[in-house]
Amino acid sequence: MSGTHDDHGHHHHEPESLLSLRVRALESLLVEKKLVASEAVDRIVSAYEEDIGPHNGAKVVARAWIDPGYRERLLADGTAAIEELGFGGVDLQVVENTPGVHNLVVCTLCSCYPHALIGLPPVWYKSFEYRSRAVREPRVVLREFGVDLPESTEIRIWDSSAELRYLVLPERSAGAERLSEPELAKLVTRDAMIGVAVVQPPAAAAR
Amino acid sequence: MNGIHDMGGMHGFGRVEREENEPVFRAPWEGRVLGITRACAVQHIFNIDESRHAIERMAPADYLGASYYERWLDRNIRLLVEKGVITREELERRMAQLAGGTDPAPLHSDPKLTDRMLRMTKERTPYRQPGPAPRFARGDRVLTRHDAPVGHTRLPRYARGKPGVIVRVHGTFIFPDTNAHGQGEQPHALYSVRFDAALLWGASAEPRAPVHIDLWERYLEPAAPARSTS
Repeated sequence: MSGTHDDHGHHHHEPESLLSLRVRALESLLVEKKLVASEAVDRIVSAYEEDIGPHNGAKVVARAWIDPGYRERLLADGTAAIEELGFGGVDLQVVENTPGVHNLVVCTLCSCYPHALIGLPPVWYKSFEYRSRAVREPRVVLREFGVDLPESTEIRIWDSSAELRYLVLPERSAGAERLSEPELAKLVTRDAMIGVAVVQPPAAAAR
Repeated sequence: MNGIHDMGGMHGFGRVEREENEPVFRAPWEGRVLGITRACAVQHIFNIDESRHAIERMAPADYLGASYYERWLDRNIRLLVEKGVITREELERRMAQLAGGTDPAPLHSDPKLTDRMLRMTKERTPYRQPGPAPRFARGDRVLTRHDAPVGHTRLPRYARGKPGVIVRVHGTFIFPDTNAHGQGEQPHALYSVRFDAALLWGASAEPRAPVHIDLWERYLEPAAPARSTS
């Protein structure tokens, strides 16, 4: 190994037990220096495990489906429109799927993702495979996700390179016309709001 | 920088593998790393751009060999050491102490910190700051700079020296290229720029698959309105 090896905080494939010990030691040092409080870390962990997730974004999508005025405001100024529903923490740009246009969100440089609305990203979103390929071969990647779009559909890829986050407003599925707003929200998945899925009809979604 | 993190368009990675019902954190330490990172942000120990750049500075083989939260841990330790908050020796000693069953850190409670960290999940960090009026407008044709800066930048390598069209003017935002290096926030105009797939990827480009990237004005030059790119 090169002489700069000491610059790295760890070695490849460090065993979980050692990683876990290193993290505990880091937390302990920062607690001692009064920069971190373990209770604060506990609360953040449980907020992401229990409160912050795709059900937030699903409410935004369901509202946009039933309220054309809200949809317009959401597309014009996503940041302000989600604040109307009590969500925030993010400068948001919403991109809308229509019969001829499908949107797909990626972050090639790191893993930017609208946490406040859909929680922490899944491992695949952060993977080298998705980050490298979504921009160059979106149709192939979408087919791996089971989404086969007509050749005539334009796929708009959004590489989240700044402090703005992207959320896809999916198309409402057929057969969902009579559903209530909470029922509609249940149809909306995390993957549909990233653009790697389409919203399924109510019967299929319930399966 | 021409870093390993800048992987848009790279060949050689395989299928995107998914896991059904994936847990939010795969091990408790991942959640601790996230919480520690948020605390460091709230305590203004490092900003988002320094933080991203610290991950980019990992040796390429280490970057590829590490999981997402391992990269976060590496980043946290790297920056805390560089900023003189901790030393690597101190960390090693604390690991040995914990392995031996003792945690010398006294209990510390900080309700204000907890509150600020929780608020951070709901309130925007003010990356949007007043700056000079934008030079470009929607519909303007631009050319991205063909440059390979050694430091942090958010212009991906695959979009260097490429023609594009402004599709949205976002307002003025803190500039990562300076903010990552202690050179100030220098807020200025940020745009959404559309690029034709064929101009990015050549003959192998998929049809009707334009890529949009959020780019700062300093990455852009005006392009002559010679021909349509769509």
